[in-house]
Amino acid sequence: MLLRISAYFYRRQRLVLLLLLGPPMIYMVLVYLGALLSLLINSFYSIDDFSGVLIREFTLRTYAQIFNPANREVFLRTATMAAAVTFTDALIAFPLAYFIAKFSSPRVKTWLLIGVTIPLWSSYLVRVYAWKLILAKEGILSWFVDLLRLTGPLDWLLGLPGIGGSSLSLSPLGMFIVFAYIWLPYMIIPIQTALERVPASLLEASSDLGARPFQTFRRVILPMSFPGVVAGSIFTFSLTLGDFIIPLVLGNSKFFIGQAVYSYQGTGGNIPLAAAMTMWPVAIMVAYLLLARKLGAFDAL
Amino acid sequence: MPSESDARAKAPFGLVIAAIGTLLFLHVPMLIIFLYTFTPEAQTYTFPLPGFTTKWYGIALQREDLWRSLALSLEVATVATIAALVLGTLAAAAVYREKFFGREAISFLLVLPIALPGIVTGIALRAAIGGLDLPFSFWTIVIGHATFCVVVVYNNVLARFRRMQASQIEASMDLGANSFQTFRYVVMPNIATALLAGGMLAFALSFDEVIVTTFTAGQQSTLPIWIFSQLARPRDRPVTNVVATIVILITFLPIFFAQRLSAQSADTEGESK
Repeated sequence: MLLRISAYFYRRQRLVLLLLLGPPMIYMVLVYLGALLSLLINSFYSIDDFSGVLIREFTLRTYAQIFNPANREVFLRTATMAAAVTFTDALIAFPLAYFIAKFSSPRVKTWLLIGVTIPLWSSYLVRVYAWKLILAKEGILSWFVDLLRLTGPLDWLLGLPGIGGSSLSLSPLGMFIVFAYIWLPYMIIPIQTALERVPASLLEASSDLGARPFQTFRRVILPMSFPGVVAGSIFTFSLTLGDFIIPLVLGNSKFFIGQAVYSYQGTGGNIPLAAAMTMWPVAIMVAYLLLARKLGAFDAL
Repeated sequence: MPSESDARAKAPFGLVIAAIGTLLFLHVPMLIIFLYTFTPEAQTYTFPLPGFTTKWYGIALQREDLWRSLALSLEVATVATIAALVLGTLAAAAVYREKFFGREAISFLLVLPIALPGIVTGIALRAAIGGLDLPFSFWTIVIGHATFCVVVVYNNVLARFRRMQASQIEASMDLGANSFQTFRYVVMPNIATALLAGGMLAFALSFDEVIVTTFTAGQQSTLPIWIFSQLARPRDRPVTNVVATIVILITFLPIFFAQRLSAQSADTEGESK
């Protein structure tokens, strides 16, 4: 009997394929794409300004709102932060990625990669929270800065308009540190993957031909690892654009995109505006992904 | 840190220092939370700690709301993981078996929930739930989590299928085993560790997820939501540190073992993304 069933299915490969694909596709299309579609539809609805009731009629009014000066400023602030975080992470990530790819034995490499991927997967919120403790006015970082007799310069930094605040744990500067910390592993892994693909023979050839180590680095290693940097930047940029936890925990009253979306739908009860606002990160990411594909970043993923 | 008897070049000293520094930067903050579970100071985060106490562990034990959240998180993560295991394995098997129209699109669709910022998935589900007038429940949380857990199981299992010899399955069938026996005795042993690794990753992802959950949970609170609400309205701050430590442990261990498993089975590198 079982054998007969087996034979039946063996002869009907298409049916088997359908049975295998059916459940996951139904789930993803129905739940996930369905939800994205309803988000898109909602962004074309609007809210009655006086009663706050959802008007289910096609309008571009909500989209007009995301271009008003306040929201444009939110967008600019977020994009600037995302760019700064991406740049900083690329700088910090490179040495470790380079070390893992080119200077560690297989056994050490396994451990180092585990050391990088664990923070990538785990405890996002808790890792943000850790910085609340570290950056607090009376916390460990202030203590350390005081130990180094650098309190004066730190206060001066915090006094700067735009990046400062009452303490590191309530300032754009603090947020920047935490963003850079949280997304760092997403930058290390693609750079390391790209560096792994630089053949050792190429480096030998370079030095045989008389290049000094720095020249080899500058002319061979850096250009060849660039797709990895672009791949990593997809994550750091996109994740910073959409995040609302870090601005809520460490920011001041100046909104970031994710935070604006969160408050429009929560306290504001304005799902259409929140939906339209998420189109900012989605549009930017689509453009970014297209650009990244041109630069060959997908091979490094 | 480069290995003892290795032919490869020795790393420049500055590079070693930078690498060690970066690793410390990634991990030390978590240890600081653990340190703060022992502070007697409940109002501020004073450092150095003004004393030492273990009483917050006792107080955490007695907090009902906390235990309810922990139980909810564990249940959600378990159900979401089971769903992800089934759906992810099916999708991986289909994609591995043969080339068909739209195969690339499937991988893309599965990756989308983790490639787009979490807030997009969250607000999209929120809009859909609102549009359908569904009540928020345990299941709305699970459905949200499953969308981004499927891809980790899929990636792990697909990678394993690709290393498996297709001839093994044919041999099994030629020797008279039916599909079920082949699945049980040939396919299962091959993909078992991939399932385990993918499942543990999915569990950890779901257990500490906060962004999507904010939009799909309604009044209930999972453990991350509990922590998040404590940040806004703190009550016994050090209890939050105890909870954060629990979250670190519950997510750290499965991820650690999942990474070890993938590193062992992938002969050359431990790359898992």
